[in-house]
Amino acid sequence: MSADQDQSQRTIRCLVAKVGLDGHDRGAHVIARAFRDAGFEVIYSGLHKSPDEIVQAAVQEDVDVLGISILSGAHNTLVPKIIEGLREYDAADDTLVILGGIIPDDDRPEIREAGVDAIFGPGASMEEAIEFVRENAPERA
Amino acid sequence: MSDLIDGILASKHRALARAITKIENRSPGYRDLVSDLHDHTGDATVVGITGSPGAGKSTLVDKLAKRYRDEGLTVGVIAIDPSSPFTGGSVLGDRIRMASTTGDMDVFFRSMSARGSLGGLSTATGDAVKALDAFGKDRIVVETVGAGQNEIDIVKTADTVAVLVPPGSGDDVQMLKAGILEIGDVFVVNKADLPGADRTVQELREMIETRNDYTADEAAHHGEEADPVIEAAGGAGATPDDADADEAEWEPRLIETVANSGEGVGELIEIFDEHARYLEESGERERRARVRYAEEVRTLLREDTNRLLEREIERRGGLDALVDRIVDRETDPYSVADDLIAPLEECVEDRERDGVRE
Repeated sequence: MSADQDQSQRTIRCLVAKVGLDGHDRGAHVIARAFRDAGFEVIYSGLHKSPDEIVQAAVQEDVDVLGISILSGAHNTLVPKIIEGLREYDAADDTLVILGGIIPDDDRPEIREAGVDAIFGPGASMEEAIEFVRENAPERA
Repeated sequence: MSDLIDGILASKHRALARAITKIENRSPGYRDLVSDLHDHTGDATVVGITGSPGAGKSTLVDKLAKRYRDEGLTVGVIAIDPSSPFTGGSVLGDRIRMASTTGDMDVFFRSMSARGSLGGLSTATGDAVKALDAFGKDRIVVETVGAGQNEIDIVKTADTVAVLVPPGSGDDVQMLKAGILEIGDVFVVNKADLPGADRTVQELREMIETRNDYTADEAAHHGEEADPVIEAAGGAGATPDDADADEAEWEPRLIETVANSGEGVGELIEIFDEHARYLEESGERERRARVRYAEEVRTLLREDTNRLLEREIERRGGLDALVDRIVDRETDPYSVADDLIAPLEECVEDRERDGVRE
């Protein structure tokens, strides 16, 4: 065993992001707390962030998971912008992007197409989301 | 591996972010990475900000970053938040306060949690600072809650340490107890617009003065070595109220700020600059760097020998089995420790006897 192999300690890092003109942060708070209790490191963006700001935070914090919460209905424009931004910094491929909030069924295929890995709408359980993250968080080299 | 180094030197944000992740996770290869970084460090000025929760550290850091950016300087910030000792999870909230510079990629803000299980947080922080330094950041700010040895170790990686004290922090005994007086180069009474700020300022001033009396003996002791330094410095490092300046020692400053409105932040930066000049001119910067490197080597060696010994323990069937024998009074902790260290000891003794030179 090499000197630094047996001291490696990996923790899943998540950014919980609120984007755009959307003041509903109860869900974001609840998920942030649940992720914390699951042993993740959670960075909360705060309210009313622009896509650029979310990208900056995701890149600098090198998060494994980006959880975006949108209840304003603007997901069709905001989410692709964020993912585009991640691409610019070569961060799109190894960031798990999940989306929560009110996302109508009709919009989902297009959003998934844009690069969202999972969507957790109303009624989705915390355990489900945590399990998904645990299983799909990208391996960091 | 060298990809990351190349990326950092080419100012690629992703590479810097990934390097810090590696450092935090202590992923395989992180030691080589940090070794390679060393050659490219030494240009940044590092400021440590510490204080009790709610003292206004993050807000102040935000305003500092803004000022530095206005001066055309690039900024790196490492903000450390506690983590749950039970789940290891944490919510890192300092980033929310970075409102003034949000969207500006020349402020690299990184949240770190005090995972702490290995006590290696100060090592990880120091290594992350090196990454930011090598990346080319002009100013690096390390922010941490000031409570306990761990945090004090962290701010020691900084050239200049600012201790934030909010008004109404309790009487002077409380402050002494916290043991923060020894580490501060600057004391900042933040939220100075709140009632009680005057009293806090007054109490702090008194304590700083008594601290000076307390260290006076020591200063006299070093008097002979200190004198030429003063001449060289031309008294530039001396404080204005230090009329009988017969020592080159830095007198901790006291300043009032209102981080929310940015009041006093400019003056605080002036004090930081002044302290940086003092460090340079008195030779203190070099001395501190030497102490820091020595401490770094010691810490690494402690961790490394610990790991070697863990393997030896494993080889002998694990610590539990040894403890069983101690409980049964077959042996005792000292003998077990002697036993475990014996192979290392033998090796060192052999080398001494053979006069091995590196």
